[in-house]
Amino acid sequence: MSKAIASQTGRTWLILGATSPIARAFARQVAEAGARVLLAGRDTQELARIAGDLTIRGAPEVLALPFDAVDMASHAGFCTAVAEAAPAGTLDVYLGFGVMPEQVDMEADPALALDCIAGNYGGAVSVLLRLAPHLEAGRNGKVVIVGSVAGDRGRLKNHIYGSAKAGLATFAAGLRNRLGRSGVTVTTVKPGFLDTGMTWGLPGIFLAASPDDAARGMLKAALKGKEIVYVPFFWQFIMLIITSVPERIFKKLAI
Amino acid sequence: MMRAKSMSLTGWGRHPATQSEAYRPEKLSEAKAILTATDLPLLARGSGRSYGDQALNEGGAVILTPRLDRLMSFDAETGELAAEAGIALGDIQRLFVPRGWILPVSPGTGFATLGGAIANDVHGKNHDHVGSFGSHVTWIELMLASGEVRRITFDSDSALFAATVGGGGLTGVILSAGVILAKAPSNAYRVTERRIGDLSGFMAALEETRHTAAYSVGWIDGLARGSSLGRGILETADFAPTSLPDDAKPKRVPIDFPGFALNSLTVAAFNALYHKRVPATGRERIRHYRDFLYPLDAISDWNRIYGKKGFAQFQCVLPDVTAAAGLKWLLEEVSATRAASFLAVLKTLGGEGRGMLSFPTRGYTLALDFPWKSGTQDLLRRLERITLNHGGKIYLAKDCALSPEGFAEMYPRLGEFRSVLEEVDPTGRFTSDQSRRLQIRSAR
Repeated sequence: MSKAIASQTGRTWLILGATSPIARAFARQVAEAGARVLLAGRDTQELARIAGDLTIRGAPEVLALPFDAVDMASHAGFCTAVAEAAPAGTLDVYLGFGVMPEQVDMEADPALALDCIAGNYGGAVSVLLRLAPHLEAGRNGKVVIVGSVAGDRGRLKNHIYGSAKAGLATFAAGLRNRLGRSGVTVTTVKPGFLDTGMTWGLPGIFLAASPDDAARGMLKAALKGKEIVYVPFFWQFIMLIITSVPERIFKKLAI
Repeated sequence: MMRAKSMSLTGWGRHPATQSEAYRPEKLSEAKAILTATDLPLLARGSGRSYGDQALNEGGAVILTPRLDRLMSFDAETGELAAEAGIALGDIQRLFVPRGWILPVSPGTGFATLGGAIANDVHGKNHDHVGSFGSHVTWIELMLASGEVRRITFDSDSALFAATVGGGGLTGVILSAGVILAKAPSNAYRVTERRIGDLSGFMAALEETRHTAAYSVGWIDGLARGSSLGRGILETADFAPTSLPDDAKPKRVPIDFPGFALNSLTVAAFNALYHKRVPATGRERIRHYRDFLYPLDAISDWNRIYGKKGFAQFQCVLPDVTAAAGLKWLLEEVSATRAASFLAVLKTLGGEGRGMLSFPTRGYTLALDFPWKSGTQDLLRRLERITLNHGGKIYLAKDCALSPEGFAEMYPRLGEFRSVLEEVDPTGRFTSDQSRRLQIRSAR
C-alpha cells in the first residue's frame, strides 16, 4: 500500500496534532516510507503508544513532543526543540490539529468561539510563523495544512469553525507564496467527510473517506507540491456548487 | 464523548442480520469509556469475518475494534509481538514477512483481527505441526465487565485464559495481546498440487502429508457422487527458499450475484473445471504467501457471490477413527441434496486447543458452504446429527444453526466455561446472538 509513496529516508516529518486518526494514518505512511517522525500533541500517553507503533512499522526514530496549540506562549520553546531534532533542510510539517465545538454552544458562549478560533487558526499561525525561518533556511521541505471544506463558505450551522478554517486557508496561501521563494511547498488540504470519531454515528454523512485513504491522498498531494486539494477529490465539485449559490439565496439556506 | 451508530450487522456469511448500537473507539481510553457510556449488553467485534451470528449482539451494543490497531513492541530475540487487538493479521504479515517473521497460525483470511483470532482460537493449514492460534499467545490484556483491565497468561490465570481463547468474546473485551511469531525463510511457499480421485484416496493422502508437509489442504468437489465422491485437489506446501516480488492487484465482486447464478449446474461446472485445472500428473509452483494463505482475499467482498440472502458455512471436525465413515455420510448428504456447495475444504487437525471452547481436536475437518434457501436450515440439522453420531464437533466461528443440545454434547468443557463467566461476569454484560442461541450462559 505504501509502496507508491516515495522513500522518506532522510526526512523528518513533524506531525502537529498527532493523535487524530488522520494524523496517525499519515504518520504511519511516512514512517513505513522510512521517515523520522516528531509527534506533537497534548495526550502524551497516546503519543507514546503511537510512537511505539511507528517505530515497529519502520520509522528510524520517533520523538514525542508535548504540544498544545492554544498555549501559544509555549510555541517558541517547542519550535526550538523541533529545530534541534530536525536540522534545517530535513524538516517536513503536517499540521492537522483542530477542534470543532457545536455551533449552538459557541453562540451561547462566545468564549468557546474564541477557543475554537485559537484551536484551529490562532495556534496554527503561531506555530507556523515560528517554524517558517527554519524551513526557509533549509531551502526545501513540504508543509501540509489541513483546512476544511467548512472554510469555503459561511454556513448557518458551522460558520464559527468555518471562519477559523477560512482564515487558516488564507494564511496558508500567503505562506505558500513566502516559503515558495525558498523552495518549500505548502499544500492546503480540504477534507470533506472523513470516517472518524468526529463523524461516526452522525446523520447525513455520506461517502466518508477512511483515514488511510485520506492520509494517502494528502501525502501524495504534498509530495507532488500541489497547492490546494480536496479529500476525497469529489468534494471539489460539491464545493464548487455550494460556492456558486448567490449570497442572497444562500443566506436563507439552513445548511 | 462516545457516539454510537445504529447498524444492521451480519457475519461474513451475510445471514442472519441483526440490529445493534455500534461503538468504534479510536484509542484504548475510549474503549474503556464504553463500559459506562451505555447500559446495553456488550460484545467486541473485529472485522466481522466469523460467518454466522457469533459477532452479532441484537438489541445490544458492539464495540468495533479495528481502530485499536497499534503495534506495541517486538522482540527480535524471541519473536514476541505485542499489539492492540484490532490489528488485521494481514497487516502483521505485510510488515513482518519482509523482515523474516510470520504468524505461526493463520486462518484463510488476512482481514481477521488479532482479537478475533484469539476469541475463535483459529487454525490454519499447518495445524498438525503448530496447533491453533491460542497456543502462540503469551498474554492477553482483557477488559472485564467490572471495568478492571487484567493482563492474563496461561500460567497466571489459567481458567480465565482458557475461557478467553476460543471464548467468542464472552469473557470481556480483548484489548491487546502478545503473540510469538515464527521465522519465515522467505515470503513464498513451494506448493504441490495433485488430483485425488475419491474420498478414501484423499484420506490416505492427508494421513501421509500430515507427516511429510508443513501445510496441507484438500479442495473437494461437493457435488461429485458415486465412485467420485470426495474427489478433489490436494495442496501441500513448505516454505520456498527464496522470495517472490510483492505485487498485488485486488479484484472486487462489484455487485450481489443474482440468486440463480449459483445453482447445482454452475457450481458443478466450476468444480469440474477446478478439478481439471491441475494436470493429471500434478504440478509444483512457487506462490506468494498471500496467494497461498489468503486465496480469496484478493477478491474483495467475495461473499457477495452468494447474493443478498447470504450463505451458511458449516465446519466440523471428526476424530481420526470415525472420520472415514462420517465424512462419507456428510458428503453423501450434501451431494444428494444438490445443495450447491462450492468447494469443500478438507484438512487434518493435530490436537486440542488451549481454550475450553476451542474447536480443534485430532481428526479430519470438513468445511462446506451453502447459499441460504428454504431447505438450508434442515440440511444443517442433518449435518449436525451426522457430526454428533461420529463424535465430532462444529466450529463456532462458522456456525449459525447449531442446536443448544448439540453444542453441549460437542463441547464437554462447557461447564468449566460457565463457571468462569459466573465469576468474571455474573450479570451477563457480555453476550452475543450465538451465546443466546446456544444457551452458552444459561441451563445449569
